[in-house]
Amino acid sequence: MNAITPASTGPSQSIVSRFAVPAIRCAGCISKIENGLNGAPGILSSRVNFSTKQVAITHLPEWDDDQLKRKIENLGFEAQILADNPLAEEKGSTDKLIRALAVAGFGMMNIMLLSVSVWSGATGVTRDLFHWLSALIAIPVIAYAGRPFFTSAAMALRYGRTNMDVPISIGILLATGLSLYETATGGAHAYFDGAVMLLFFLLAGRVLDGMMRDRAREGIGALLKQTAPGAMVIGNDRKTTWVAARDLQPDMQMMVAAGGNLAADGVIISGSSSFDCSLMTGESEPQPRGKGDLVLAGTLNLSSPVVVRITATGEDTSVSDITRLMDEAGQRRSFYVRVADRAARFYAPVVHSLALLAFVYWMFAGAGWHQSLLIAVAVLIITCPCALGLAVPAAQVVAAGALLRNGVMVKDGSALERLSEVDYALFDKTGTLTLGHPIPMNLDDLSLAQKQITLALGQASRHPISKGIRSGLLALDIEPAALDDIQEIPGEGMTARWGHVNVMLGKPERSEDHLSSQLSVGTDMVVLQLKDEIRPDAAEAIAELHALGLSSSIISGDNIRSVSLVSRTLNIFAQASASPQDKVEAITRLTDSGHKVLMVGDGLNDGPALAAAHVSIAPGSASDVGQQAADAVFTSESLMPVALSIKVARRTMQIVHQNFALAIGYNIFAVPLALTGMVTPLIAAIAMPLSSLIVVGNALRLNGAAK
Amino acid sequence: MSGLAILIPVALLMGLCGLVFFFWAMRNDQFDDLDGAAQRVLIDEEDEQP
Repeated sequence: MNAITPASTGPSQSIVSRFAVPAIRCAGCISKIENGLNGAPGILSSRVNFSTKQVAITHLPEWDDDQLKRKIENLGFEAQILADNPLAEEKGSTDKLIRALAVAGFGMMNIMLLSVSVWSGATGVTRDLFHWLSALIAIPVIAYAGRPFFTSAAMALRYGRTNMDVPISIGILLATGLSLYETATGGAHAYFDGAVMLLFFLLAGRVLDGMMRDRAREGIGALLKQTAPGAMVIGNDRKTTWVAARDLQPDMQMMVAAGGNLAADGVIISGSSSFDCSLMTGESEPQPRGKGDLVLAGTLNLSSPVVVRITATGEDTSVSDITRLMDEAGQRRSFYVRVADRAARFYAPVVHSLALLAFVYWMFAGAGWHQSLLIAVAVLIITCPCALGLAVPAAQVVAAGALLRNGVMVKDGSALERLSEVDYALFDKTGTLTLGHPIPMNLDDLSLAQKQITLALGQASRHPISKGIRSGLLALDIEPAALDDIQEIPGEGMTARWGHVNVMLGKPERSEDHLSSQLSVGTDMVVLQLKDEIRPDAAEAIAELHALGLSSSIISGDNIRSVSLVSRTLNIFAQASASPQDKVEAITRLTDSGHKVLMVGDGLNDGPALAAAHVSIAPGSASDVGQQAADAVFTSESLMPVALSIKVARRTMQIVHQNFALAIGYNIFAVPLALTGMVTPLIAAIAMPLSSLIVVGNALRLNGAAK
Repeated sequence: MSGLAILIPVALLMGLCGLVFFFWAMRNDQFDDLDGAAQRVLIDEEDEQP
């Protein structure tokens, strides 16, 4: 989990731990966290990454992750322990592309300098010398920077398919080979600059695509909460120790505090409590569980501490069934072909046959094989698929950037393409149409003083009910009261003294069938009711989707009573008590009848459905599994981003199609020139960047698309 | 003409230097936190250390 790196300064081994701290907003936060941590003994260094909202701490083994987390929280920032960056490998591939781009850029500029002097009239020895110099620069540059294309083309050819890398590779290799021959025989035309420039533009497209993916994944990585990175395990000597989730073993006894997540499946051996299983089953109401009952990993213990004997850990938990379902469901989507590759299916054969035809025609016309080959290469170079290689990613990156500013993180370009095609929306209920966390319903029953006391007590607790009450009160601009002796009594609630009066916020005396909390001030008692509310503008969002031509319905694992309540409010159809398997089947049914389904869901139980749908979106409050499986994540409370992302995706595809039209128009103009042998390296060097700039400029118009 | 024999290698060498420097910067995570770099200039250094 934690990378152990040899210490360069410390005497013993130092450990790097990483934390997500979403609340870092300004320079003040950076210095507060770094100065606060750096002073402590045992912490060697700490570094805030502002872009990813993460803190990396290099420390001695005497600190563990949990202590460090508390240390950051004492500085006033909520923190989450991050596992070692699972996305490091993905990022490595973009880094490789950026290096290739830098090398291609270096080569392009130097070769262009030499080429300019050739075009401006250098002849004889000078021209030959410059051609040789160009070759000397171009060959290693093409060998290095062309690898991403060559490997991908070779892969496609091996499986008997063709993608856009095939014409690119053939064009570049042919142009380089012919230019080398020209150079060796002292010919007039060398296309080294054209070949390297082509690489540069296409790599720029790949880099944009990769950066967009990385940015979204980093954002999502910062959101990922570890449901329970471990548990307090009761040892033989009755002492409790912290054990990380991966080290848990069956038959260990773990203590689960109120407000804590379960790290493994198990059976309760002492205590009883209510559990929030919404992440697993979609059921929103707390489930009472007592001694001898089975509780599952990923559920949240709500009311009182229990001791659980572990029956299954890690891969063996009930979560793994869902993972298996997800793998199966995801198969279908891997057959999706991106628009650029779909275009390449037509583009590549046309370009290749054009070049071949030109070669054959000029051979018959008696131009000689050398002249004919030059013309064929000119055709290949001039028809460079820049619209496919650069325009599509450029449009998608700009659109994804615009969406990101509106709180939607799209994982990759193919997600945008698929989003633009959907015509049916399926919603999960708990956590998706509803907020997924309890909201106090009757705050008006409290007097101002009572509100202030409630806030002060609620602030001190991490229980989900307290969090709900706290956010409800903070929204009313309430100032917390000054309390003394604030204490948390596990399973009961928070107590404190307000002046001379004892106050308490905790379990109501009379148990309700839904979430509630009781405030007592002296002898006065008020019961606060909490409910999981429908997202504020869910109805508007669904109306907007309808206007975009999408019908919507609900599919939920919750019982029929709570589902019908939501479905009646929003006036859409619903299917209740659906298992993860049922959800996948519903999507398969819709897909078979010709619909392209958008799935919006958050829970672990939605994972397979999110993977099975044509495209999927999850709210930022979703489970890790939900966020991993979804194609896009939105962070706001409102549901409007779902409609917005579909609008932007459709606009993006419009621009992409325009770019294709532009590229075809450019080819209609340029290809005849190439076919008649009028394209020299100079004309190619002007026409290629011009066409690229036009399509990129068109893509930039998407910048305001998300307004 | 003879100037070229010096100027071209010099130009190439300087370009290569830039490339090597860029690779070095990437390897040392200089581009990891671009927004953070913009914020850090605003931090007032407090004279805690002598």
